[in-house]
Amino acid sequence: MANLEERRIASGFGFLNREAGFEIGESAFLRYGAADSYLRALFVGLTNTLLVAAIGIVLATILGTVIGLCRLSKNFLLRTVSGAYIEFIRNVPLLVQLFFWYAVITEGLPSAREALSPLPGVFLSNRGIFFPSFSSVPELQGFNFAGGFAISPEFAALLMGLATYTAAFIAEIVRAGILAVDRGQNEAAHALGLTRAQATRLVILPQALRVIVPPMTSQYLNLTKNSSLAVAIGYPDLVSIANTTMNQTGQAIEGIAVIMAVYLTISLSISGFMNWYNAHVAFK
Amino acid sequence: MKWLRDNLFPGWVSGVFSALLIVILVKSLFAFVDWAFLEAIWRADANACRAAKGACWGLITEKHRFILFGTYPYEQHWRPAAASVLLIALWTFSAFRAFWKWWLTLVWFFGLALIGMLMWGGVFGMPYVENERWGGLILTLLLSTFGVAFAFPLSILLALGRRSDMPIIRALCVGYIELIRGVPLISVLFMASVMLPLFLPSGVTIDKMVRAQLAIVMFAAAYLAEVVRGGLQSIPRGQYDAAHALALPYWRRTWLIILPQALRVSVPPLVNTLIALLKDTSLVLIIGLFDLLSTVKISLTEPAWNGFGIEAYVFASLVYFVFCFAMSRYSRSFEHR
Repeated sequence: MANLEERRIASGFGFLNREAGFEIGESAFLRYGAADSYLRALFVGLTNTLLVAAIGIVLATILGTVIGLCRLSKNFLLRTVSGAYIEFIRNVPLLVQLFFWYAVITEGLPSAREALSPLPGVFLSNRGIFFPSFSSVPELQGFNFAGGFAISPEFAALLMGLATYTAAFIAEIVRAGILAVDRGQNEAAHALGLTRAQATRLVILPQALRVIVPPMTSQYLNLTKNSSLAVAIGYPDLVSIANTTMNQTGQAIEGIAVIMAVYLTISLSISGFMNWYNAHVAFK
Repeated sequence: MKWLRDNLFPGWVSGVFSALLIVILVKSLFAFVDWAFLEAIWRADANACRAAKGACWGLITEKHRFILFGTYPYEQHWRPAAASVLLIALWTFSAFRAFWKWWLTLVWFFGLALIGMLMWGGVFGMPYVENERWGGLILTLLLSTFGVAFAFPLSILLALGRRSDMPIIRALCVGYIELIRGVPLISVLFMASVMLPLFLPSGVTIDKMVRAQLAIVMFAAAYLAEVVRGGLQSIPRGQYDAAHALALPYWRRTWLIILPQALRVSVPPLVNTLIALLKDTSLVLIIGLFDLLSTVKISLTEPAWNGFGIEAYVFASLVYFVFCFAMSRYSRSFEHR
């Protein structure tokens, strides 16, 4: 405490109600301006974290399951390519991959004036990805697009990095889960006259899920925790905003307490939900 | 031919897939070779790079010394180079089962002392280099090595504490492990770099590298503790009972009978944790240390080399990949035993 007084650092959570005074690049759901409070700023950060984590989990699960199934395919090429993907992605730090994707978007894609347009109304440029929304279509105005639905380069890079990285881990879990199902089950399904697709869907997957769910939970948690690397590429997630807050107010203890409390709550809720789901699919 | 038919074209669906994949693979392979080799610029010439269509490896040619050794004095670069080689040799040496004896600790002790001497200098005519100037590959390797070296004993205590009969110790250990595993590493790093100085008496300062190292140790200990706990759980009940029957006191029982067996079982997951740890050290960039990824990133800030991020990060991935892939192969070799 003496240290804090000496450095003239306030303590307590009173700062949360003060004016934040910084802008936030993007806010998914909430309206936010520099005149709003620190509390609101942190809340915006939380929604940004949850948004990228939720979409990331969905994408990583789909991609990971597909790659995991490819890994078990009878097709040699499919098997080898998916195996190489898993090996490479798992052995390179996520932060390097995030920087890589960010460089691909900001350096590899053309400027807004020469944006790629793979579909009418959809534009890919180093300013982000633009889709038409229900109310308006993106149009070029000056150096950037206006209107429509926009995804910033930071969000796109973070989502891309998190989804492809976690997918490699999920693929291994799916593969192990399917291999854990007894061979006899497959043969029995075959004997009943089920096709391969039917056998996978009706016999193998429901049993594999029991093995898959617990490690999958920890991957979902990892993805959520890894979304905190957003601070390195400038996506305004919770950690990034808490970091700005700490720099402005000097109240590091409170800032870190907020980060830790939020992540612990998220971790406990996800593992609580997955425990419930696990009880649901487990042997009765 | 038979192999081709069986593995690529067993049915028409699979066959179409294979054909499609071959076309895509061949096309992207040609595009990649074009980009990475045929059209690439290897000279350290930024203007030639901007004119070329391919990759600009000139960035690496120009900056490789900075990337590998950071801000270490230029004419002394042989010292971190020798230290890196020595450290890698120590790890390789310890990978052999035949050397898992008590004297391995001594080998490590002398090896690390030698590395410390090389890096700090101040003896045998080597000028002193303060550790603020350490950087690049050796910093990444040292952070992971000391991370695991200090976290490992701590994790054994945590794992034993988690299985202890004493409720307070058990609660403390479970609390610590779950707390650290529930929060991202970056928050632990912030804690060490921003919060720790506030708790020190005025006048006492710990430098940035030691603070980051402390955070990595705290973080790694929680994950390693779960690995060790897995090992402890795999030991059959009979071993515990037999140790009891010999009337050995708790610490001798643990030290002589339980731990040697438990740790042998935990080697593969331990190596996997080490891989994760090596990858995680890249996060020290966020609190301003000059590790390998950080030096790569800084090389890009020079205006002449601005905009060659893809090449720089491909290079960084390759360096990390070499280390992590070697370790994952090693960890997998235990499965076939």
